[in-house]
Amino acid sequence: MSEIRYENFFPIEGGTFVNAGDVSSRIKSILKNLGIGSEVVRRAAIIAYESEINIVSYALRGNIRLSVTPDAVCIEAKDEGPGIPDIELAMQEGFSTATPMVREMGFGAGMGLSNIKKFSDSLEITSEVGQGTHVKTRINMAEAG
Amino acid sequence: MTLAEIRDILDAEVLVGSDELGKEVKTAFSADLMSDVLAFAKPGSLLLTGLTNPQVVRTSDILDIAAIILVRGKVPPAETVRLAQELKIPILRTRYILFETSGRLHEKGIVGCIEKVGGDRVDVGNKI
Repeated sequence: MSEIRYENFFPIEGGTFVNAGDVSSRIKSILKNLGIGSEVVRRAAIIAYESEINIVSYALRGNIRLSVTPDAVCIEAKDEGPGIPDIELAMQEGFSTATPMVREMGFGAGMGLSNIKKFSDSLEITSEVGQGTHVKTRINMAEAG
Repeated sequence: MTLAEIRDILDAEVLVGSDELGKEVKTAFSADLMSDVLAFAKPGSLLLTGLTNPQVVRTSDILDIAAIILVRGKVPPAETVRLAQELKIPILRTRYILFETSGRLHEKGIVGCIEKVGGDRVDVGNKI
């Protein structure tokens, strides 16, 4: 277990795109200011952004926890929402339950979770139907390019 | 190639970033699906798109996109322009369709930020 260099929680309102992406932009600049390598910052920002889009698209509310240790950047997204009945199915690229509003924004093509997987070194999803979803990701510093 | 040259090639109108026309760009990515942009676009590239909502600007900010080219004569809503001004991301608007926009830029030397999925293009020295 390595010590936490930085930790913060960012609340996200569900159901509206008005501020969507704001938290991710902040996370990106926080990581940049901490002197994290640009490739790790980029991957973390993409994961945070897709997570944020998921919360505004599907949940009532949620939050993103950012934590940084000497070894890794962790992005954790927790929401109160409908949950995911079949995580394996939801992980399949192209599977989506998005509304037209989400699609109009350029999302909802069933790529969110697969993008989160693509840009993380480890991914753990737990979900309870009718309660919410918890997505934990980790990006290793060693992978910095 | 500079944004000023790109503006001339595309007969484009500069909506945001008229003071950044000296910015150099070598690569581009074209898509209307922002998840695809997140999956494949590289820092320092142009984003060619027909989508005009603020998420186009957010996506560009997350990825360090050099400039957004709105194709098919699309006029962005005011909040998109405002966000681009705030985040300092240039927006150019052209009446050419996506195919023509991509083709005209490619002909003059702008290349895709990746050539095909699964194969990264050899580094062309993009600067963020």
